Amino acid sequence: MSKNRMQLMLCGGTGCHSTGSKKFELALQKELEAKGLAEEIKIIETGCNGFCAVGPVMLVQPEGVFYQKLKVEDVPLLVEEHFLKGRPVKKLFFVEQKSKEAIPNINDIPFFSNQIYRAMRNKGAIDPEVIDEYIARDGYFAAAKALNDMTPEEIVEQVKISQIRGRGGAGFPTGMKWSFAAASSGDEKFVLCNADEGDPGAFMDRSLLESDPHAILEGMIIAAKAINARQGYIYCRTEYQLAIRRLEIAIRQAKEYGLLGENILDSGFSFNIDIYQGAGAFVCGEETALMRSIEGKRGMPRPRPPFPALKGLWDKPTILNNVETLANIPQIILNGGEWYASIGTEKSKGTKVFALSGDVNNIGLVEVPMGLPIRKLIYDIGGGIPGGKKFKAVQLGGPSGGCVPEHKLDTPIDYEEIAKVGAIMGSGGAIVMDENTCMVDMARFFMDFIQDESCGKCTPCREGTRRMLELLEKICHGEGEDGDIETLETLSAVISQSALCGLGQTAANPVLSTLRFFRDEYEAHIKDKVCPAKRCIALLKFEVDPEKCKKCGLCYKACPANAITWQKKEVAVIDTGKCVKCMSCFDKCKFDAIF
Amino acid sequence: MSIKSYPSHPDITDEMWEKIDAIIDANKDIAGSVIGVLRMSQDIVGYLPVELIDHIAEGMNLPASQVFGVTTFYSLFTLKPKGRNIIKVCTGTACYVKGIKEVISHITNKHGIREGETMSDRRFSLEGVRCLGACGLAPVMIVKEDIHGNLKPDEVVGILDNYN
Ligand SMILES: Cc1cc2nc3c(=O)[nH]c(=O)nc-3n(C[C@H](O)[C@H](O)[C@H](O)COP(=O)(O)O)c2cc1C
Ligand code: SF4
Ligand code: SF4
Ligand code: SF4
Ligand code: FES
Ligand code: FES
Repeated sequence: MSKNRMQLMLCGGTGCHSTGSKKFELALQKELEAKGLAEEIKIIETGCNGFCAVGPVMLVQPEGVFYQKLKVEDVPLLVEEHFLKGRPVKKLFFVEQKSKEAIPNINDIPFFSNQIYRAMRNKGAIDPEVIDEYIARDGYFAAAKALNDMTPEEIVEQVKISQIRGRGGAGFPTGMKWSFAAASSGDEKFVLCNADEGDPGAFMDRSLLESDPHAILEGMIIAAKAINARQGYIYCRTEYQLAIRRLEIAIRQAKEYGLLGENILDSGFSFNIDIYQGAGAFVCGEETALMRSIEGKRGMPRPRPPFPALKGLWDKPTILNNVETLANIPQIILNGGEWYASIGTEKSKGTKVFALSGDVNNIGLVEVPMGLPIRKLIYDIGGGIPGGKKFKAVQLGGPSGGCVPEHKLDTPIDYEEIAKVGAIMGSGGAIVMDENTCMVDMARFFMDFIQDESCGKCTPCREGTRRMLELLEKICHGEGEDGDIETLETLSAVISQSALCGLGQTAANPVLSTLRFFRDEYEAHIKDKVCPAKRCIALLKFEVDPEKCKKCGLCYKACPANAITWQKKEVAVIDTGKCVKCMSCFDKCKFDAIF
Repeated sequence: MSIKSYPSHPDITDEMWEKIDAIIDANKDIAGSVIGVLRMSQDIVGYLPVELIDHIAEGMNLPASQVFGVTTFYSLFTLKPKGRNIIKVCTGTACYVKGIKEVISHITNKHGIREGETMSDRRFSLEGVRCLGACGLAPVMIVKEDIHGNLKPDEVVGILDNYN
């Protein structure tokens, strides 16, 4: 890396791009040049730093000062005070929610200091478009070791010792998967990377690809050597254009450096990687469907066996691994399987990346050791719930997963322990919900997603999920009847038992999990025709409670339909005839006065 | 000079046909490439008219039924023309929890279109998409290429005023 007095690691991830990092970068570069500092201070555009919610973010190295919410207007002050006079600018520091303390150094910010970086070790530390920066941080050393000094058996052995399990959701032991494919005969085999990231509310894989694309390539090269494959594909969501561009650059650079292509590093081993863009079908994240999709067909799952390790893409032996799984592989080969297995619980080793979002103060991407209690994830790293609201539940595993309520928050992050409370580890989506979230409505939301994404091959999955969605909609509309809950439970069992693929097998999980912990909310909707969280429009009256109204007028100002009358020192009144039920007034009223 | 004749279609110019044919030529011998060809063609035309799908099937030497099957399976593909400004509202979980429903209802109120619909003057199309990967900024929408995050329902209509 270059020898500058200071390096400004400016985040260039999707989140920060959208909050204005590009404009900031241009202005900063201009100012550095104007002040004659451009030689000694260098701006490096990194991938996602993880803390997107306070973007654009920038880390000043080597001193470690972390700046957030940067604006073009801040540039002159920043350059003058910090870069010329050496006085970091306090008003751009991160402010801890609870203590209201401004924290200058990244290592003192709880969001960062409670994490352990393995898969994300290069996030925010390198320019992902420059291969030399990856190499400078031991990049491709593991590939060199695997290709030149290790046999396929030795590679598989280390991965087995690491006990790493697939990070795409199912948690299948990676070493075992590789050993099956390695044992398959055949001179044509494939290594696939699953970058379809279907969970609607998760962005782990996207961030890894954007911030450290070479790590995934390196993981694939090692996998290829382990099973003796010549060709790899990365199946990436087409929405992830920045990730795709960075992957393309990374592949081109790796080829130029002789790290991909024929006779890699003179080892006699050859391997190529191509990118394949998905076209928007959740089910294509399922392994057999993904392979069909690469073949250019409708991405419908097929029965297993035969398993892909025997007959996968184009009927050849194939392994498919998730982005995060592959990002861990180089470290495992470099430091050994035992090093990897040194943290975690008995059956869940290493770290897990989560996309923490929803009703939580610190939204972003975090990597934590297995075994950490979920409570710490939400309160120590996430900083708790904003606006003084109460925590209700956290949804893990997206539409295939379940929710973890308050009284189960001490559950450790561990595949088996999370399954015991009716959720799943999943791929890393962790959506925090506060007391204003209606759990019946959330179950309806996930069923709507599943119903829409069912490929339709199995009748119970296709028809059953539609039936369940209708029931949930009925309940949210205040038309639920006695027996609806039981029907939901029966349908859940039928669908999961008869489904061909994981989508159907887990389709009912969000419903079962909310029924387990929030059955009273279902009953309130059905029996009392009340939505306790006040989210289900059909069950709201759109009236103001004069007792609770503090006459602040916020609702009046927010109403787009002029349906509210209000004057200073008077209770607001809603004209239900004019009201279009947009919910704006509910969001604005701080006193819970509208019902 | 040989003049190649293309199927006539009001939304596809000869220049577009040329680009599409170049894409077909480059991909027709690569197994499994049809989804990519459809995607790139849609990027050029904006949607996939029936005539275009037929043309691609013929060029790729695939049965038209198979190519139609692919276009209807994947949500990326659209058989109908879209508006000049496409509003993609994120209906992923994080955005849902943070109130995208209210954002959508403000757009629907103002412009009379629901998810999946296009205004009759083709000013806006409203699409629901699953997680844009910017959950940190939820609720999020993309108008044309611009990402708008941390949306407040009552500010959305104002943002849209900038697009004509
Ligand atoms: C409906 C469905 C969707 C899936 N979507 C994804 C996905 O988006 N990303 C992913 O890595 N795995 C996904 N999976 C899991 C994959 O099928 C597969 O188990 C995984 O990619 C294997 O890699 P791993 O062992 O490294 O986790 C999905 C599974 C199902 C049934
Ligand atoms: S379970 Fe559902 S998604 Fe899976 S193959 Fe059957 S119909 Fe398709
Ligand atoms: S719901 Fe919307 S339209 Fe109805 S009173 Fe409240 S702000 Fe006005
Ligand atoms: S926002 Fe609530 S408290 Fe304020 S005037 Fe409206 S109803 Fe009353
Ligand atoms: S995109 Fe900048 S921190 Fe995530
Ligand atoms: S859920 Fe909307 S961006 Fe992720």
